[in-house]
Amino acid sequence: MKDRLAASYWLYESQYAAMSSPAVTERRRNAMERFESEGFPTVRHEDWKYTSLKKVLKAEYALNSPFSEADESETLEFKDIKRFLVNDIDCYRVVFINGRYSSWLSETTHRGFDVCTLGSAWKKYADQVEPHFGRLTQDLGTTVQLNTALAWDGLYVNVPAGVTLDKPIQALYFTTGDQPVFNQTRSLILLGDGAKAEIIERHQSLTEAETWTNAVDEVFLGANAHIHWVKLQHDSSSAALTQHSVIEQKRDSHATVHTISTDGKFLRNNLDFKLVEPGAEARMFGLSLADGQQLVDHHTRVDHLAPHCVSRENYKGIFDGQSNGVFNGQIHVHVDAQKTLAFQENDNLILSDKASIDTKPQLEIFADDVKCSHGCTVGQLDEDALFYLRARGIQRKEAQALLMLAFAHDAVADIQHPSLQAKLHRLIGKKLGVEMA
Amino acid sequence: MIEIVNLHASVDGQPILKGINLRIDAGEVHAIMGPNGSGKSTLSNVIAGREDYEITQGDILFQGESILERAPEERAHLGLFLSFQYPVEIPGVTVSNFIKTALNESKKARGEEPLDASTMLKKMREKMDLLEMDKGFLSRSLNEGFSGGEKKRNEIFQMAMLEPKLAILDETDSGLDIDALRIVANGVNALRSPENSFMIITHYQRLLDHIIPDHVHVLFQGKIVKSGDKNLALELEERGYDWIKKEQA
Repeated sequence: MKDRLAASYWLYESQYAAMSSPAVTERRRNAMERFESEGFPTVRHEDWKYTSLKKVLKAEYALNSPFSEADESETLEFKDIKRFLVNDIDCYRVVFINGRYSSWLSETTHRGFDVCTLGSAWKKYADQVEPHFGRLTQDLGTTVQLNTALAWDGLYVNVPAGVTLDKPIQALYFTTGDQPVFNQTRSLILLGDGAKAEIIERHQSLTEAETWTNAVDEVFLGANAHIHWVKLQHDSSSAALTQHSVIEQKRDSHATVHTISTDGKFLRNNLDFKLVEPGAEARMFGLSLADGQQLVDHHTRVDHLAPHCVSRENYKGIFDGQSNGVFNGQIHVHVDAQKTLAFQENDNLILSDKASIDTKPQLEIFADDVKCSHGCTVGQLDEDALFYLRARGIQRKEAQALLMLAFAHDAVADIQHPSLQAKLHRLIGKKLGVEMA
Repeated sequence: MIEIVNLHASVDGQPILKGINLRIDAGEVHAIMGPNGSGKSTLSNVIAGREDYEITQGDILFQGESILERAPEERAHLGLFLSFQYPVEIPGVTVSNFIKTALNESKKARGEEPLDASTMLKKMREKMDLLEMDKGFLSRSLNEGFSGGEKKRNEIFQMAMLEPKLAILDETDSGLDIDALRIVANGVNALRSPENSFMIITHYQRLLDHIIPDHVHVLFQGKIVKSGDKNLALELEERGYDWIKKEQA
């Protein structure tokens, strides 16, 4: 697998080079060299201790490249994707099929700001792409390096200073076709000072064949910029996703990321924040509902690099069947980051004897005037609460679902759109086996 | 309405109830009094169907039929209601949603049509007025951050909505100030009718100043050791439980 991936780069390096600037090509090459020498991470790596890629690596994947023709089976029509959209919110829409941009299904814009595809931005917006692409990811692990070398398309957003997007962006990544496929997707999001944007993202496999998407996102927030990003992970049971998102935040900027993981075979989320100027605030919420053989892994990392920054983190997990959960929350408060406020909470419910969660808060604090707290819990449904609801006439199954919804409440409460909230409730209700009003 | 026959119950092999006999007829209000640890809360939990207790002997007949094999929700559907001593806080579930779900589940189980939204709301408003409750209450998370008095009032509100045949009030008076006590008692009295019954579990006599019981029983060491009318409650208030303990010794 490693050799095939390497070959798919070296074979096409000149074409990759022609697509963008020499500086970008050099970054691609360095990344591929690192991937080649180190390979995929194994459970011997501390960061992958509880999450083995072995199963995901077993399939014989087709590799997509920008230089091969799109397969006939890759064509989708609007009716095929409609049910995966949050329909009643008017949105910009950027749709990818097997890593390839679909202009037919998308609704992009360049009026006042850019919501489009990275594939079209390499040359057209080289002055924006070149200083940013790969800057936040060069020291990260080899799955990220692989992406840096091979990825060519994904969401591209550039909002100039002071502009608030008039509607949210839906970024949809579909995988289709009869054979297993391995996709790299890459997004670059640039918000100028005071700019505001909202993104709803979904990776969705439409095939029963095994699929693996390896996604990397870089987000740069100017002073006082705001981003709200909702990641819907409700994929098919043969789909794997590894995603690493990095957000750099300047002075007084705000970032909120919701990761709602209800379905998919294998989900590995890395979410990093770099708070580089005072007053920046990062908030992250996660909800994992896993059963069967699912794996949901959250690795988060906040670097407090400047004073007076705030990070708040609240992840909830419900694990049934033989599912596994992993939570690793790193908070690094660097020497100069006085007056840091950092809060982390990870609560889990284990519903079966065979389900498990490995949870690990990891705080490293090198400043002395800070407020940091963390907590993690692992428990079962509260029998007292269950009896209370049943004594009021609510059936056991409904009562359990109601308690699980209540448990999950914090993780979704901050999502603004009522229709998105409703969709989430439906997804969660479906997962828990009850009709949600 | 309910007949408890030689009921023995234990928890973790420890016997708590040791032969309770009690019969409550339709329209009656019975008060169960007794010192701490006498088994009062166990009795109410066992009737409501809590599964942590083992019934080792005896039976509970509700409207002539044994309910021992019935799940808690089925007992609720039959018309049994327990007002909890410690109502559970459930963040994320609003009072109105909870009551709506509870009421319609019971209706569904009885083969009745669910209430439509406006009838439901009207009924909620009516019962809230009765209990002098604030309208904002409905959209709050169930019991979360409620004061002791608010939690108890919420229990009585649920009772008023569900209109049970037998309501067991487990220490509903504890943690209530005088005004709240009066409001709760008014709520209960408004619901009294020849068709339904109440079992009021309490430490103190003061709630019984407002809700006049037909019968008073004293529970001690898992048995009913004394029964009488409302004057027994007054006597207990005056003399405490020591004389009962001595009588039993």
